[in-house]
Amino acid sequence: MPVTREDVLHIAQLARLGVDAERAESLTRELSSILAHMEVLSQVDTAGVAPTAGVGTGGTPLRPDVGVPSGMSGTLESFAPAMRDGFFIVPRLATHEDPAES
Amino acid sequence: MSPDNYSQLRAAEIAAGVRAGQLSPDAIVKASFDRACDIGAGPDNLNLVLAADDVASLAECEELDKRRDTAADLGLLAGVPVVIKDNIASLGLPTTCGSKILEGYVSPFEATVVTRLRRHGALVVAKTNMDEFAMGSSTENSAFGPARNPHDVRCVPGGSSGGSAAAVAAGITPIALGSETGGSVRQPAAFCGIVGVKPTYGRVSRYGLVAFASSLDQIGVLGRTVDDAALGLEVIAGYDHLDSTSSDADVPIYRMAALGAPPVAASSADTEMVRIGRTAVPLPPPPHAKTLEGIVIGKPAEYFPDSLDASVRDLCERSLDRFRAMGATVRDISLARSPLAIPVYYIIAPAEASSNLARFDGVRYGLRVDSPLGLKGMYEQTRSRGFGPEVTRRILLGTYVLSAGYYDAYYRKAQAVRSLIADDFRTVFGSGINAIFTPTTPTPAFHIGAISDPYEMYLNDIFTVTANLAGVPAISVPIGRVRRLPVGGQIITAHFDEYTMFRVAYALEAALGEDAHR
Amino acid sequence: MVVGLEVHVQLKTRTKAFCGCSADFGAPPNVNTCPVCLALPGALPVLNEHAVVLATRAALGLGCTVNESSVFARKNYFYPDLPKGYQISQFDQPLATGGSITIGAGENGSDLRIGITRVHVEEDAGKSIHDRYAGATAIDLNRSGVPLIEIVSEPDIRSAAGAHLYLRTLRQILQYLDVSDVSMEEGSLRVDANISVRPTGQAKLGTKTEVKNMNSFSAVERALESEFARQCALVDSGGRVEQQTLLWDGEREVVRPSRTKEGSHDYRYFPEPDLKPLLLDAKWIQRAREELPELPDARRKRLGEDFGLPPAEIVQLTALPALAEYFEAVARASGDGKAAYNWVMGEVSAVLRGSGVDITSFRVRPADLAQLLNLVRDGTISHTAAKRVFARMVETGKPAPQIAADEGLLQVGDEAAIARWVDEVLVEHPEEATRYLGGERKLQGVLVGFVMKKSNGRADPKRVNQLLASRAG
Repeated sequence: MPVTREDVLHIAQLARLGVDAERAESLTRELSSILAHMEVLSQVDTAGVAPTAGVGTGGTPLRPDVGVPSGMSGTLESFAPAMRDGFFIVPRLATHEDPAES
Repeated sequence: MSPDNYSQLRAAEIAAGVRAGQLSPDAIVKASFDRACDIGAGPDNLNLVLAADDVASLAECEELDKRRDTAADLGLLAGVPVVIKDNIASLGLPTTCGSKILEGYVSPFEATVVTRLRRHGALVVAKTNMDEFAMGSSTENSAFGPARNPHDVRCVPGGSSGGSAAAVAAGITPIALGSETGGSVRQPAAFCGIVGVKPTYGRVSRYGLVAFASSLDQIGVLGRTVDDAALGLEVIAGYDHLDSTSSDADVPIYRMAALGAPPVAASSADTEMVRIGRTAVPLPPPPHAKTLEGIVIGKPAEYFPDSLDASVRDLCERSLDRFRAMGATVRDISLARSPLAIPVYYIIAPAEASSNLARFDGVRYGLRVDSPLGLKGMYEQTRSRGFGPEVTRRILLGTYVLSAGYYDAYYRKAQAVRSLIADDFRTVFGSGINAIFTPTTPTPAFHIGAISDPYEMYLNDIFTVTANLAGVPAISVPIGRVRRLPVGGQIITAHFDEYTMFRVAYALEAALGEDAHR
Repeated sequence: MVVGLEVHVQLKTRTKAFCGCSADFGAPPNVNTCPVCLALPGALPVLNEHAVVLATRAALGLGCTVNESSVFARKNYFYPDLPKGYQISQFDQPLATGGSITIGAGENGSDLRIGITRVHVEEDAGKSIHDRYAGATAIDLNRSGVPLIEIVSEPDIRSAAGAHLYLRTLRQILQYLDVSDVSMEEGSLRVDANISVRPTGQAKLGTKTEVKNMNSFSAVERALESEFARQCALVDSGGRVEQQTLLWDGEREVVRPSRTKEGSHDYRYFPEPDLKPLLLDAKWIQRAREELPELPDARRKRLGEDFGLPPAEIVQLTALPALAEYFEAVARASGDGKAAYNWVMGEVSAVLRGSGVDITSFRVRPADLAQLLNLVRDGTISHTAAKRVFARMVETGKPAPQIAADEGLLQVGDEAAIARWVDEVLVEHPEEATRYLGGERKLQGVLVGFVMKKSNGRADPKRVNQLLASRAG
């Protein structure tokens, strides 16, 4: 199924990527063309095949609940774009009630 | 031994010289910087290096000299200069991933592999150019300009670990670290006429490797020779409690594979001396009719399609003949689902990338571009200006295949087909095949700017990407030249059987001799 | 009203879910951070074993089946206090499913059960502070990566009061399991509600809305009442309920729509490739089940049977596990459940309330209190004196017999001494004495009081009464 311009604008907003009108057009073409090559997969019979979830065997290793040093050399200020009183500072959200809505 | 022939020395030779007090680390490091200078590693020329600090490197030499006076074991890489791909976190030098979004970012912690290299006396002399966030097959996608192939400056060095591969090919260091997601070590190794190994998924800790696609990413080693790659991997391999996906399987002494013997138990006292570098690995006998006796090599039809470059095919056949001459059996096999690997890969890798790259948001580190549109504007400006076109394309592709309504058709389907591709490998290795031999790439290096269609570029990975999807180890070794450009042959073995992979690679390298570079 | 609740509970671990940073509350901003919880490039998560232990215990305590294999997933969304741009959570293969809790008795006397759909493990986000700096939001990532469980109930709740009761019951169970501090003030327990309406008798559920931002159990109750009224009014006037997220405004006591556009919630869940599946051995799960502490219902039943106290008193005593344990220890050591109840709910609770001390660190240990109760029961000291002894025990930490002896509070049963005090009282209060001896029996209590006062509380009141009665006789 071809990707529409609306799809591109929607996923660009989900991915927080600023995409202007011109770029949206070219991306629509590029993504449609790439995804057309993926259609071959729909013809593969995968009934009863478990999707790969993680590589390797065994379960995830567990870490003892003990504090360890942060393993960082240098301060947050050495790489943070904006800090104040120990906080990271970002522009105020237009609406700030709901984590998922910005 | 003098460093006059520095760029011909193997890492093991340099380390042995340094440990014996015959070579001084600072002379070695100077030779490395001189070589980089002579060859034109900087931005105006080959553009291989993104950051280097000769003052700091010479200071490290002093440290090493002090250790030589006090410590018995300087390590397997004592005084060996190494370069590191710029997506592997290192203290002291920036870690930019070839991206504007991390320009100038110096990591406050170091990757486990870098710590292990240093512990073995290696000297990190430079960070190397790469496709932005390892997304590319040519190193043309670097925000800091394309790198060039030392064999022909009009050509790409391959990618995404192009800077690391070219640095080794140019004789700047005998060993470099790269990273793989779909072939990013083996493909540039092939294009640059050197050795590149991608270990089993989980063999090497990913802690400190900036993630592209976590279920596929694996740090690999580029070496001038098979021995350099084997020694480098030996040093960085092994379990790391900071990486939940790393394996605690034993790490054999890969260098012993040169002798053709099965892996020796790690616990015996003699091998322990070899392991820590006190005793040199004995020299292997010249290749002969029994070198690969008992080894069965599979030749998968899907990796030798009719469309394959005839010269590449001929070089592969020559290598297969050498295998037979050394006593190996070559058997035709099929990896029937491998042709589906590119579509599978270009769904899974972008999907994971879209999530892994969400952390570059201008809040805690890296580039921030402020906007009158508040937080959302800051996010969008930072990310659209910070990421280049290929990264943007893959983030969008990945976001699309994960988004509501498309997940099952794309992501889930791709992961199911991935299981089938991996099953093919399991079946082959379960049927008496010890190693699989294929061309590393369909063609030798292409000219910079020659490929503009994204999907055509993706097809460069067609023979390498299956090993990443299945998680098995693979190595590319030089097998000759086509139109004066190097061609690589690929050896793939079963999970955690790097030993057999190295055994076959050592034998092939020895059997081809100078033919590997003609 | 049809309600299902999603409760997030912070697990009581020393360190965060995926890194070794301290999980403590209240440190200066961004002090408890490291490459992992700051999401620095190249950092990777490693799961905290104790978080798994606590989550498993909670799930078993809520009657769930704990899965031998569960899978972490990434929930992707952008927010400045979510460093990685995704939350590590669990999605289609959670830790545990299919439990229930009893929150009381239904109309026909049967248990009123609320189903627990699932319990899964996830990490917390950091904190965004919007009112500290003009035009800017301040981000503190100390909480980023702290382990949580999310407990999702079935839509089995039928009233706002029922929701309140469910939450209280749930919190009590979690306290008994000792898996969390469950404090809404400190944010270690948070509640979101899903609510829909349907006419009586209709089986099909209506469109639900999600209500967030409630900061207490009573706020949940009020928010649900308010949203119920809003939905009913909508339906009654022929309108349709729209699926949306609403925020409870506690000051104005209304729900109002958040500005979220529906459809923009596309979390793009997929299995977390940095972690392998969480595999738990069946035997390990079985052992965790066997080692579960006694839960509130079981303890109420047992204490009721053992000490013969009425249900209302048992409910009071078992409100908090530490209180119930204190009571039980006193009751067992003194052999007197009734007295233990009176003292624990009376004097002990009053002192704790007044001083703000936690019962686990209260100076008077159960054995000490039981000793005091024994002194009262065998007549060594009077009840009045016992209260004074208890006050001194709280002050000094000395044992009851020593205080009683030091302060001269040992009860006097000696006939001659009591007779002397009675005679003196009759002389000193001639008016009351005359009226009492003249037949006004109701004055006996007053006179006993005078005798007790004169004896410094040492006179055995029973003997005083007998003596006075015989004088009037």
